[in-house]
Amino acid sequence: MQTVTTAVAGLGMREFTGGSGDPLVMLHHSFGNPGWMPIHEALADHYTVHALDLPGYGGIDGSERPDWARHPRDLALLVGQWLRAKELGPVEMVGCGFGGWVAAELATMSPELLKRLVLVGAAGLLPENGRIYDQFLVSHSNYVEAAFSSTEAFEAIYPRNGDESEEHPLGDDTLVVWDMNREMTTRVGWKPYMYNRRLRPLLGGVTVPALVVWGDNDAVVPMECAHAYVEALPDARLEIIPDCGHAVDLEAPESLAAIITGGKS
Amino acid sequence: MFLSYFTEQPMSAYPADEGLKEGFTSVMFSNKYYDPVEGSRLFNERIEEYKLADQVGFDGIMVNEHHNAPFCMQARITVMSSILAAITENAKIVQLGNPLPTYDSPLMFAEEIAMIDMISKGRLISGIVRGAGQESVCLNANPAYNRERFNEAHDLLVKTMTDDGPFSWEGEHFQYRVVNPWARVLQKPHPRIWVPGVFSAETIRWAAQHRYPYISLNTPLHLTGELWEIYDQAARAVGYEPGPENRGYLLRVHVQKDGDKARENAREFMWMQGEFTGIGHPYWVSPSGYGSSARRLDYAKMANAEVRGSRAAPFEQQLAAREIVAGTPEEVIAELRVVLETCRPSILMLWGNDGDVNHDDSLRCIELMGTEVLPALRDIGDELELHDPFELDSPISLALTPPDELNPIESAADERPEDTSDSRSLKMFR
Repeated sequence: MQTVTTAVAGLGMREFTGGSGDPLVMLHHSFGNPGWMPIHEALADHYTVHALDLPGYGGIDGSERPDWARHPRDLALLVGQWLRAKELGPVEMVGCGFGGWVAAELATMSPELLKRLVLVGAAGLLPENGRIYDQFLVSHSNYVEAAFSSTEAFEAIYPRNGDESEEHPLGDDTLVVWDMNREMTTRVGWKPYMYNRRLRPLLGGVTVPALVVWGDNDAVVPMECAHAYVEALPDARLEIIPDCGHAVDLEAPESLAAIITGGKS
Repeated sequence: MFLSYFTEQPMSAYPADEGLKEGFTSVMFSNKYYDPVEGSRLFNERIEEYKLADQVGFDGIMVNEHHNAPFCMQARITVMSSILAAITENAKIVQLGNPLPTYDSPLMFAEEIAMIDMISKGRLISGIVRGAGQESVCLNANPAYNRERFNEAHDLLVKTMTDDGPFSWEGEHFQYRVVNPWARVLQKPHPRIWVPGVFSAETIRWAAQHRYPYISLNTPLHLTGELWEIYDQAARAVGYEPGPENRGYLLRVHVQKDGDKARENAREFMWMQGEFTGIGHPYWVSPSGYGSSARRLDYAKMANAEVRGSRAAPFEQQLAAREIVAGTPEEVIAELRVVLETCRPSILMLWGNDGDVNHDDSLRCIELMGTEVLPALRDIGDELELHDPFELDSPISLALTPPDELNPIESAADERPEDTSDSRSLKMFR
């Protein structure tokens, strides 16, 4: 694995990259990518994995913030420019949560850059019955924990440092990066929260095959959004991961990798 | 001295135990506990008290605005200002302040204050604030752009008040193809703008750079010296020598003939400091992107610590520190003399009644302030040369100061990092 920064529209965009094979790009949740994770390692056996920090995400060492960006679609445009700058496309793109929304936006505007769209617990569509869990009403740690099916699963990724003298046992670096990521999410996604009414009508124009993956215990984006994506995308199928929360990529990396690779050797 | 009356207008008639059970009393504390019958009574009692404050000689009546919380009933500052414009005769209407970034239409706001200024026959002082972060949450105004929206709305507001229309406005956050309100402020070039705040160095500097008085909201007395130092340096850097006319101070003060009764009533000031209400989570009070990035780690630690309950200092400690002043008129005057000598403001806001202090006691407090406390404070103010902006007829802004009167001293610029005191301000807000 190595860290690579590419200049796009005057901004440094950082990725963790490793493995070999066809290119696969992963876009992270709104709380950010915690690093080169087991899902990346598992996929790197089959692909050259590019785990990109979305513009404005990843902390002080992450991708630079486009001050002008006001909507996740602006981030999708930058991801498209990044793909062209690196001459990577067409790629398989895996978007998780908020990153799934960005991936879906990119698919509607530049399907030629994609070979396949994989949406994992993707935001972007307004649920008709349920509600997308609003991070802005809770603390950073409570929100991220809600993305997992259990406290144990959360702590497996974000271990507590055990120092009980601290007000909060999570590390300073984690808290700072979470807050920078939340600020960027605020800048582009304050309202309407985590959906775009102009996305669904455009999904019909996505010409590439799509795979929609959802944890059956997703407490962040309601399962009805999975069905809505499958209905709106012309060529999509749904895979449900049992006993798993919203952050399938972090909680069930082997299962997700197996579904994505689907017998690929 | 400019002496003003203030109350938060608490919605005190709600089941406090429900708030204590929830652990917070803002933003998400259900309005099923709001009793509009009691609300109607409380509003009308406050209106009677304001009339009395006007009659007994206050120079101003300060009003404010908050959302989704029982500690302040005023959801719209311009509504109460409009009522005051019609029912009072003498007192200036001091809005501290209008949360500009939370308004989607600064133009509509400019129309409202022009109407208020005309109806009040030129008695409006229109203060402006960023609003605590929770106001952004409640009104769904993006907190990450709060500062930008504040700056732009201010510029548009001043231009609307001073320039003839029609003109267009193409800003980052606000756009109007026609700005041409048929409502103009009576005071020329425009009503005075004052800026209240707790202790945000960024806001203190901003006020000084615009030559707007900064009204320190019950900032602990021992910190006010540091506060004015920040203000004064910024003022000298842009070219004017600040004085008491640039300084205001809001203080909790309750007066009764019986000093013990006054102190017992003054315990109600603890109400919004977290004993009964006023508790919000840090991620509401200061959402990500609202505060200074220099304090990010402190903020993130606090936001994730899930501390419940009050962080306010005990009542007796606040009395001793003169953050709350209560007693007989004589006792209060003696205490306020120390406050005036220490803080040296020319604008003093007496926050007279809060919590569950009843209507009769509130009226008596206002009456005693008018007949005994205010005259004494005016004498002390003269003795200490605390002359307010109206007495001095000081320029209402830097933009309206004749350039030849300005002498910028670049070396006076404050070298300290931005917002060194944000976390302190945050703690005080809680």
